[in-house]
Amino acid sequence: MSELYDIIIIGAGAGGMSAGVYAARGKMKTLILEEKRKVGGQAATTNELENYPGILEATGPELMEQFRAHCEKFGVEFKKATVDSIRVSADGFFKTVTTSTGEELQAKSVVIGTGAAPRVLGIKGESEFRGKGVSYCATCDADFYEDLDVVVVGSGNTAVEESVFLTKFVNKVTMIVLHDKGILDADRTAQEQAFSNKKINFVWNSVVDEIAGDELVTGVRLKHLKTGEITELPCDGVFMFVGTVPRTDFVKDLVALTPQGYIKVNEKQETNIPGIFSVGDVTDTYLRQVITAAGDGAIAAVAADRYIEEEENWLEKVGHFGGSALVVFWSPTNPQSLEVIGELETRCQIYPDLRIVTLDTYKSQIISNRFDVKEIPLIIRFEAGKEEKRVLVNNMNDLDILF
Amino acid sequence: MIELNKDNFEQEVNIDGVVLVDYWSESCGRCMELMPDITKLAEEFGSQIKFCKLDIKGSRRLAMAQKVMGLPSIVFYKNGEKLEHLCGEELEVAEIASTIKNYL
Repeated sequence: MSELYDIIIIGAGAGGMSAGVYAARGKMKTLILEEKRKVGGQAATTNELENYPGILEATGPELMEQFRAHCEKFGVEFKKATVDSIRVSADGFFKTVTTSTGEELQAKSVVIGTGAAPRVLGIKGESEFRGKGVSYCATCDADFYEDLDVVVVGSGNTAVEESVFLTKFVNKVTMIVLHDKGILDADRTAQEQAFSNKKINFVWNSVVDEIAGDELVTGVRLKHLKTGEITELPCDGVFMFVGTVPRTDFVKDLVALTPQGYIKVNEKQETNIPGIFSVGDVTDTYLRQVITAAGDGAIAAVAADRYIEEEENWLEKVGHFGGSALVVFWSPTNPQSLEVIGELETRCQIYPDLRIVTLDTYKSQIISNRFDVKEIPLIIRFEAGKEEKRVLVNNMNDLDILF
Repeated sequence: MIELNKDNFEQEVNIDGVVLVDYWSESCGRCMELMPDITKLAEEFGSQIKFCKLDIKGSRRLAMAQKVMGLPSIVFYKNGEKLEHLCGEELEVAEIASTIKNYL
């Protein structure tokens, strides 16, 4: 077993590395696991990065290298590894991350930032011609298509940006769009770039029915969605940019996912498992950008730090305490709760073995929520970490039932 | 690993034995990631299989003539005939290693 980390972050994309900066700067012992040698996730595969505020000019890989340098400045450890599973200890506090080589790493909190991978549609010929004309990465393969004709499937921001990039190499790009004429999924800026580029043509209301070829791709069969008409379009390459799918297979039996496989998180980036957080494209989120992933990372790291502090305090005083404990849920804004603490201390003088623990419900929201504390002052009696009885104190006589 | 180009391709690949050709390019991130691992495999299995690499920059037509139009691509040959073509962004070194072992 490894040394114990405060936080293990899975995935060195924008979200994971932002969590790394915040965690390590907050003096947490931080490890980032990344399966690739190069950090940056999807942002590292794009040349065009125009909307990260404050960065007027940088490619995706350049900005991601800066993220990495920032992590290293504060002492984040990086390790190349693919994660197979996460296991949670019986008391819920320790998480064991197992890598594909069987190595086990331990942490008090985990952040899942595994991102998303390009969607494979499963069109006839799509897998057969992979590397022989079917591509999911323009920067990787654009060289091959110099002065040739290519088809781009999809109409979102990525599809448009990559089409524009391809026009620097190819003779002609034809975008196959399933919407009516003039409608693209991309935002307005991207749309204008697409429409004003003379090398980009469009086929509307259509999908690719089949990718055809003989050793290499020679063309696509297009199906018109309204008329059902099939036409053939000769081309040398097909670039697929039809969205992404979240990489959550390894945690599908652990954390709650949406039907599409994205990880469900709340405003603190918490999953349904205490101490496991998630950030960036892999979460069920409204916008999937470098800046939003980075924002998620900051929140997750701070929330993880609070989680550890609260949980360690709880385990030490109550969870791992073998005797009897009276836990008072109080708040400085509730004067009655202060009186209750005073009265309880007086009554307990004759029971020196009874441990009194006070929990501020604002500072200890995780524990308060776990025990469903809605009204205060509430006192719960624990025996060896298990709830025995509880009383909501209206007057001091209510305290009798605790003894 | 032997560096291939249009002048030596035939002579190096068209032999009686298994040849591995790693098609790569500097702009292909995944290729650059795989390269050190493939070099290690070459040290381990180089006596049984011939390891070559081809930078597609400047040799694009040669790659296309070999029906390679995407990176990373690892192609196995015997007597100049294509045996197997591994490719795609998610190509793992484990898959390359197990394919190599099939041809030992």
